[in-house]
Amino acid sequence: MNMMSEAAVEAAVGAKTTAQPPIKMQGRLVNVSYGDNQALFDVDLDVRLHQVTALIGPSGCGKSTFLRCLNRMNDTIEGCRVKGSITLDGADIYDPSIDVVELRANVGMVFQKPNPFPKTIYENVAYGPRIHGLATGKAEMDEIVETSLRKAGLFEEVKDRLHTAGTGLSGGQQQRLCIARAIAVSPEVILMDEPCSALDPIATAKVEELIDELRVNYTIVIVTHSMQQAARVSQRTAMFHLGRLVEEGATDKMFTNPDDQRTQDYITGRYG
Amino acid sequence: MNAATTIVIVLCLAALGYVAGRLRANRVAGNVASSLHSRSGYYGAFVAIFTALPSLFVLAAWLIVSPMVINSQVFDSLPREIQALPDTDHALQMGKINSIAQGLEQLTPQDEARLKSGAVDMRSLLGEKGVAIAGEVEDYMPAAARKLSAMHSASGLYRTFVIILLAAVGLMWSWIQIKPRMRARNSVEAVIIAGLMLASSIAILTTVGIVLSMVSETYRFFTSVPPLEFFFGTVWDPRFAAAGAEDSAGQFGLIPLLAGTLYIAFVAMLVAVPIGLYAAIYMSEYAGQRLRSVVKPLLEVLAGIPTIVYGFFALTTVGPFLRDISAQIHGLAFGEVSSFIQAQSVLTAGLVMGIMLIPFVSSLSDDIITAVPQAMRDGSLGLGATHSETIRRVIFPAALPGIVGALLLTASRAIGETMIVVLAAGVAARLSLNPFEPMTTVTVKIVNQLTGDLEFTSPQTLVAFALGITLFVITLCLNFYALYIVRKYREAYE
Ligand SMILES: Nc1ncnc2c1ncn2[C@@H]1O[C@H](COP(=O)(O)OP(=O)(O)OP(=O)(O)O)[C@@H](O)[C@H]1O
Ligand SMILES: [Mg+2]
Repeated sequence: MNMMSEAAVEAAVGAKTTAQPPIKMQGRLVNVSYGDNQALFDVDLDVRLHQVTALIGPSGCGKSTFLRCLNRMNDTIEGCRVKGSITLDGADIYDPSIDVVELRANVGMVFQKPNPFPKTIYENVAYGPRIHGLATGKAEMDEIVETSLRKAGLFEEVKDRLHTAGTGLSGGQQQRLCIARAIAVSPEVILMDEPCSALDPIATAKVEELIDELRVNYTIVIVTHSMQQAARVSQRTAMFHLGRLVEEGATDKMFTNPDDQRTQDYITGRYG
Repeated sequence: MNAATTIVIVLCLAALGYVAGRLRANRVAGNVASSLHSRSGYYGAFVAIFTALPSLFVLAAWLIVSPMVINSQVFDSLPREIQALPDTDHALQMGKINSIAQGLEQLTPQDEARLKSGAVDMRSLLGEKGVAIAGEVEDYMPAAARKLSAMHSASGLYRTFVIILLAAVGLMWSWIQIKPRMRARNSVEAVIIAGLMLASSIAILTTVGIVLSMVSETYRFFTSVPPLEFFFGTVWDPRFAAAGAEDSAGQFGLIPLLAGTLYIAFVAMLVAVPIGLYAAIYMSEYAGQRLRSVVKPLLEVLAGIPTIVYGFFALTTVGPFLRDISAQIHGLAFGEVSSFIQAQSVLTAGLVMGIMLIPFVSSLSDDIITAVPQAMRDGSLGLGATHSETIRRVIFPAALPGIVGALLLTASRAIGETMIVVLAAGVAARLSLNPFEPMTTVTVKIVNQLTGDLEFTSPQTLVAFALGITLFVITLCLNFYALYIVRKYREAYE
């Protein structure tokens, strides 16, 4: 099997790509190190438009690190260096001419632990649009807040208490509030780092359902430790191990017939 | 044997008890550690505690009670007419007898012989020995002094004996108690907890004691000056010179002092808050790790400078500088050189006090800003906010309650500050809105009223206690409010 000629491989890959939606973000030879400790080695990964790409792998393998490269959140960590190229719609996001602020408005992020600001629900959602000047008046802002909350499936639950503290919501509601907050700046890509790890099964189901709906309008990259979750919400899956990308492919195939033994072992719970 | 030696002996016994306790614990356990309830060290500590604690307690009690008993016995043996004197004289007589007793203990047999033969009188002899007696030695005194010193040495002897016996008994008893299932750890920890409780209650009880002592004096002050006059009076004029005369009670209006206190504190905060806050924001948000590790300790060193040094700075540098510069400005504006800022002024004091407070503000706020969870920063940056937007709209509001708490704590320091004010704003109690003129504060006036050789009987001195308690209440309220706010803020992230 390993003996398959390179030409044949390329042909096979080419056939796949043609059948697939266009590439939204692309990482090539991505190397990341924190000080002397290299966390990612030569990662090549494509994120395709209107798909959910799941990143899986054992703890410490570099999933969060890769995710944070996609909107340059690693810039905020002292001593973190990123090499290689990452593009958004073909433009290198590490190019000096790129404005990080603009990039992050286009590539939003939802974190592992719900982190609403200590402000009201309304203010939490309005935060992004306000700093980017997306609304010209109060009515327009109300509109943005309502649609964002609706898209995040939270509006019905909180419509009577928009002006109470966001931190007063339940964990699952807080996480959906954070998703609403990210949606409110109308990003093209949403990065989610284990968004359900602090949630109970019911809240998790709601968020998963939401992710599936959001896919229609956004491109999503999600890190998860739950194989079921990856299988349920994603179209493509990338498996990391010790800082390297082991395997990447359509989720169905990854979960039924992975090429790599390590993926097989990880998915069936034999290690990790 | 004196008390210190006794203590050393008791402690040695305790150390011995520790070793013996450990050894016995190990032996009764047959050197199988697991058959003991507690680790063997606890058995050692158990024995040491029972050796030392009871005997030291008794020693302390003895040291307190025995002089009282001895003094009263000696006093009862004094001649009737001496006993009939007023209370204040009693203390004087007993003091003399005490010193004579001390002197007598140092006399050699030859000295005694000289004294008997009448070759030298007692006072000069004791003087030679370095014990000065105030006033004449009365006839009845040597006898009383001898009795006193005899009783003292007897008491010392009994004391040593009883204490050491008690320590030995404690050692034996607790040593015998050691059995494998004995819960030595629980007993030792109970003693430790009791010790901790004692430590914390001492701090609290002292505070209560201080307040109570001020309350009684304040009450005495208010019997001679009505509270209304004190709290709402606008003239401060205690009239020291005429103290004692009938119609010269003076005027004790709190308002000018309080106004001065608040005014100067306000100016100080006006200087300290913005500078301190900006410094804190820079330190916590922008400064690199390296710079931070140098500048932060440096800023905190400023907090350790004694305030009197700031006072010098105000008196010799800032005050004259402000006066001269105001003269220049006046000259430029009106053509005639005259300084409108006096060297000692509210402005000078506020400015220098503000400089003193900067490190407090910056250090406290820095800690509070750093304590805002990283998740807040990430959340904001992840939405495309810039660093400064994140600080202004997320971090600062989140830290605000804590910062307000820190500022209130700082304000209570400003209100309590004395040395800078004395040197920089003067001691004149005036009610004015002009920051370029001298004013003074409550604390300065407290010092003013209490320095000198005064009795705590006239309103002129008692007013210090009323001022003190007023200040105490004000700062207490500020601190309580600050704590309340800080606590509320802590809950915000949980
Ligand atoms: N801020 C940091 N500073 C230094 N090293 C870091 C930092 N963040 C991550 N690392 C290192 O980078 C490597 C990858 O970490 P990363 O957080 O990407 O793992 P992960 O796959 O997300 O793990 P998990 O599933 O546990 O979240 C780890 O070895 C980690 O120690
Ligand atoms: Mg992670």
